[in-house]
Amino acid sequence: MAQVSYALEFERPLIELERKIGELKSLSKSGAVDMAQEVGRLEKKAKRLQEEIFSDLSRWQIVQLSRHNARPFFLDYVSHLFTDYCELAGDRHFGEDSSLIGGFARFDGEPVLVLGHQKGRSTKENMERNFGMPRPEGYRKSRRLMELAARFNRPIFTFIDTMGAYPGIGAEERGQAEAIAVNLEVMAGLPVPVICTVIGEGGSGGALAIGVGNRVLMMEYSTYSVISPEGCASILFRDATRADKAAEALKVTAKDLFALGVIDEVVPEPVGGAHRDHAAAAKSLGAVLRRHAAQLGKLSGDELIADRYDRFRALGVFTGK
Amino acid sequence: MTASAWFQKKPKIAPSEPSDSEGGPSRMEGLWFKCDACGEILLREDFEKNLNVCPACSAHVAWPARTRLLHLCDPDTFEEFDAALEPQDPLGFSDSKKYKDRIKSTKKALGENDAFVGGVGQIDGVQVSVGAFLFEFMGGSMGSVVGEKVTRVFERAYQLKCPAIVFSASGGARMQEGIFSLMQMAKTSAAIQRFRSVRKPYLSVLLHPTTGGVAASFSWLGDVILAEPKALIGFAGPRVIEQTIRQKLPPGFQRSEFLLEHGMIDAIVQRKDLRARISSLLGLLG
Repeated sequence: MAQVSYALEFERPLIELERKIGELKSLSKSGAVDMAQEVGRLEKKAKRLQEEIFSDLSRWQIVQLSRHNARPFFLDYVSHLFTDYCELAGDRHFGEDSSLIGGFARFDGEPVLVLGHQKGRSTKENMERNFGMPRPEGYRKSRRLMELAARFNRPIFTFIDTMGAYPGIGAEERGQAEAIAVNLEVMAGLPVPVICTVIGEGGSGGALAIGVGNRVLMMEYSTYSVISPEGCASILFRDATRADKAAEALKVTAKDLFALGVIDEVVPEPVGGAHRDHAAAAKSLGAVLRRHAAQLGKLSGDELIADRYDRFRALGVFTGK
Repeated sequence: MTASAWFQKKPKIAPSEPSDSEGGPSRMEGLWFKCDACGEILLREDFEKNLNVCPACSAHVAWPARTRLLHLCDPDTFEEFDAALEPQDPLGFSDSKKYKDRIKSTKKALGENDAFVGGVGQIDGVQVSVGAFLFEFMGGSMGSVVGEKVTRVFERAYQLKCPAIVFSASGGARMQEGIFSLMQMAKTSAAIQRFRSVRKPYLSVLLHPTTGGVAASFSWLGDVILAEPKALIGFAGPRVIEQTIRQKLPPGFQRSEFLLEHGMIDAIVQRKDLRARISSLLGLLG
């Protein structure tokens, strides 16, 4: 189990109970008293409690889960699901961006490109990763790598996990909007299978810039939105503290987006969330990726481009001809 | 009557003569125009004759999209398409007002269905697929209808094998349509990707302001990107950047001149010269 670095408010009763179970177990081990029966009873209770909490999460609670710093990040999925990962750096124009990284690797032995936003767990790591918020260099590097994948006919797996593209002076000077726009166009024309998975936060254009896939999947407790709930609340409700209300209004969860027909599949997470069991979360995602990769593997380059065009062409709700 | 009463936007008593023969009663905004940039006061009629550009300081004030398209195209050649598309409320969204009601009142106030007008016309005899944003419709925000209409501008250009021109003026995505507005960025960019194969130019003209999801998709994908002077153009809005980096932004940041200097656009063109420049580019590339 991954080390849980902090507990969300609604997880606290569960974590308290687990702590108690841990204490009893160590007491039993020391041989003082046999607590096996009591431990068994509490473990059952913990399981029930966990199921209860997670069967009825609000959208805002899911937003908090999607941002949890113990969730598996891009590199965690890479280490669980891929072998032989060779990271490739730099956009060849200005710099290297460690908040959006990628390289070639093997998936079930087959060479593929993996790309993803990378957050940090500690403050120090987050400073290095710019909190997972790419600058134009990150997008330009990812474009370079996707073009390599197209040239060498390798399927592409992207992993989305960002608050959004970084809003800074340098990023604007170097064309943040242009970098994202070009990615959208380049991705639309890739003659190889592209499978995108939102693993944590899918923050607006900065997420979509690696999100134009034949398949778009979301982990069960990830979110995907045109604007952060806080941003929406501050603009529309004139009160950033009403983010919970904005999360409800924006319908940001995997379940919502599946119901709206915007994503192709919700990938189940272990009960209690991916942050409590990285291996199980990765296994669950791996099985889904395998299935979609096999389906897309049968299509030609032109068919893949047409499939992707039709997929996004259909998105939009309006009346009239 | 005080002098300031002359300039109020909605006079209680309508001016004795219409200020704009084309616009009808809804556009009678007073006989006089005062430039926000330099304070110059002039007859609205003269200001409109000057294409909504202040003759004193050459501030480029917003220019209605339909007027712009009529001015751009050869007389009687512009034909609007997709006018019947109307927005829906896919999320059942509500903030201080229900989105449904907001659309309804905006539609009524402006006599427009959404924030984009697209169609086909000719410029000096060259057929073009063209569209422009109506910034006054919810800040030109892009929801499903705008995304669909922009996509159709490129699909029409693809089918007709003709150049495409889009005039952008938008705050970005329309939050009230949530994820659907985000997806319009991918949809419109994919349409451009397909359009490229006909080898006709796409001219993108950036107007004040062009930001967010519109800037970060089709607007910045022009084969040639032109901008009007002093337009605010960028990905993140200045307020968001200031909040993030906790410092004041330098003067002129994200303005057309700044973008030209940083190599992000091809040229800044005065409104009066825009039609001729577009026509030249169509001749050179089309």
